[in-house]
Amino acid sequence: MNWNSASEFFAMGGYGLYVWGSYAVTAALMLAEPVMAALRHRRARRSAAEQR
Amino acid sequence: MNSSPQLRLFTFAAPSRFYGLAGALIPWFWVAAIALSITGLYMGFFVAPTDATQGESYRIIFIHVPAAWMSMLLYLVMAFWAAIGWAFKARLASMVARSIAPTGAMFTFVALWTGAFWGKPTWGTWWVWDARLTSELILLFLYLGYIALVEAIDDTRRADNAGALVAIIGAINVPIIYFSVKWWNTLHQGATISMTAAPKMASTMLTAMLLMTLAFWAYAFAVVFMRTRAVILERERDAAWVGEQLKKEGAR
Repeated sequence: MNWNSASEFFAMGGYGLYVWGSYAVTAALMLAEPVMAALRHRRARRSAAEQR
Repeated sequence: MNSSPQLRLFTFAAPSRFYGLAGALIPWFWVAAIALSITGLYMGFFVAPTDATQGESYRIIFIHVPAAWMSMLLYLVMAFWAAIGWAFKARLASMVARSIAPTGAMFTFVALWTGAFWGKPTWGTWWVWDARLTSELILLFLYLGYIALVEAIDDTRRADNAGALVAIIGAINVPIIYFSVKWWNTLHQGATISMTAAPKMASTMLTAMLLMTLAFWAYAFAVVFMRTRAVILERERDAAWVGEQLKKEGAR
């Protein structure tokens, strides 16, 4: 085990800003992208249905 | 004329068939992406040891390298399908190419962003105009240029063909990115994984990185298939099968 406590984990040996700054932005983008794709699919379905 | 063998071979080249197939596969790709990233992150943060020279900052590698690989791979896949769509007038191939572009651009941005956040503590700078970094930035512009171009042309077929031309020409940049660390004297380190040499990393680090790479692969399949389904509906909404499909989905 690398960490003795949660605060040690979040501190990342003094590199917390860099490690979490990388992971947070990556996670945000990889969560937002599928949501946007799902919304686009829903919009496309709705407009296809409205045409009928 | 008997065309049934051809039909079988190209069954899923029909947007209507692919729509159903992709819909069935997407949940499985999500399951794989989530399971692989949980395992990969656990390995990366709790099993892989602290790096002797870089301390904990090296843990950015578990997303940086997989994202950089995906950014290059997706570009080549995009150019491939764009070329197929252009050469054989294959509608689905062009739709897939367009659906890959945003995901490729996202991974390119992630590679650049995490690279900056890794460069600052290890090199002392967020950015340098080094061959590796510059060619990766050009990759981002190629993705954005491709998207802007195909969105700007109203005629779908013309947009697909113009996009294919840009995608194919831009593909020359991918080997430049890959070999930049060999061809030029760069600040960026050399290839992380080499086919010919034994890995220089601890095996737990390598395992975590490969698990994250597989997770990103599964993610890319899932999100690209989701977008392709949307594009198919946008383009084929007048087709009879779309009406039947919507009725089927509505009944459920």
